[in-house]
Amino acid sequence: MNLNLTLIGQAIAFAVFVWFCMKYVWPPVMQALQERQKKIADGLDAASRATRDLELAQEKAEETLRESKEQAQQILEQANKRSNQIVEEARETARAEGERIIAGARSEIDQEINRAKEELRAQVSLLAVAGAERILESSIDEAKHRELVDKLAAEL
Amino acid sequence: MAGNNMTSTEYIQHHLQNLTYGLHPENGWSMAHSAADAKAMGFWAIHVDTMLWSIGLGMLFLWLFRSVAKRVSTGVPTGLQNFVEMMIEFVDGSVRETFHGKSRLIAPLSLTIFCWIFLMNIMDLVPVDFLPLLAQKIGGWFGADPAHVYFKVVPTTDINATLGMSLSVFALILFYSIRSKGLSGFIAELTLHPFNTPNIFAQILLIPVNFLLEVVTLLAKPVSLALRLFGNLYAGELIFILIAMVGLWQLPLHFPWAVFHILIITLQAFIFMMLTIVYLSMATEEQH
Repeated sequence: MNLNLTLIGQAIAFAVFVWFCMKYVWPPVMQALQERQKKIADGLDAASRATRDLELAQEKAEETLRESKEQAQQILEQANKRSNQIVEEARETARAEGERIIAGARSEIDQEINRAKEELRAQVSLLAVAGAERILESSIDEAKHRELVDKLAAEL
Repeated sequence: MAGNNMTSTEYIQHHLQNLTYGLHPENGWSMAHSAADAKAMGFWAIHVDTMLWSIGLGMLFLWLFRSVAKRVSTGVPTGLQNFVEMMIEFVDGSVRETFHGKSRLIAPLSLTIFCWIFLMNIMDLVPVDFLPLLAQKIGGWFGADPAHVYFKVVPTTDINATLGMSLSVFALILFYSIRSKGLSGFIAELTLHPFNTPNIFAQILLIPVNFLLEVVTLLAKPVSLALRLFGNLYAGELIFILIAMVGLWQLPLHFPWAVFHILIITLQAFIFMMLTIVYLSMATEEQH
């Protein structure tokens, strides 16, 4: 175990190996490790972000659902109210129309009555005159009695 | 056992001798044929087996990790990428826990230390005679005397390998200390602690004492780093060699020791890495 040149040879070999390792082995592997670390960290980050997003989306969906339900309820109520209103209106119109028709019919009936009375009056006076004329025939002064009967007829 | 004509001592010594190439005072640049030859070469020699295996294993590590780094994907990792990412995250975590400064060097340095030492240590689990015998055969083809072809497979059982690394770490400790505290700060740290007094004359007297203590502390770091790894693996290897000598009984002995050794292999690699990180973080932070 004598010390000799091997010592220096070993030291040189050692230095060269360390240099090579430092230059060509360590950096690429280390870089890859760090990159992977970053990738994994990013992945975890993204996963947690996605979970949060999902929660938010679910919340939003629930909110929307609730709102739309409320809206539907509102619309339904409005529609009900509106239909009631329409029915009420229709009923009102119908009643007014009926009353109008009834009033018209009534006035027509009155007119008819009046006209019939008028005709009747005319006829009655004629009939009465004709009857009286036939019964009395001779003793009647047509002009004098007609005036009388007309006066009578007018009182009807 | 390699060769029945060897005594136990020869066998052990053969296993603990590195394949050495160096400047022999008589033969010039040549392979050492014996332990004495290797000793005679002194400093100007190189352990071919240590260099071969350590560089080969280091390149295996870098090739493996580089092949993943080239086609690394940020998607779901598969197969080898899983393993590489696990290693890198483990080392990165250890560094982040201990080293609070900012440095692009520390983490790859730690990864290299851990994986390289682990791979070098794990060669200990290859049966002790297997690769040396192979080397002897190959040496035989090239015309060498097989008995003189030494081959140590585990680079970390060579003090040169561990000290080479720990001295590099030591250089980094000095560099980081001076960079973060400045040269004067570093010198002050070596001389003004642990004994400190407002009296200037007493302080001047205390400076050599402080310096001695702090320098010992400082130098103990690389030495302990190297010797701890070397000692553990050397002892483990020695026990494997001893087990290999007991004949038929080696099988039931070999297995539990190998299982236990897996722990040592991993633990020593981890300790070397952790202590490197700790020393470097101590160098960058204000200690007192």
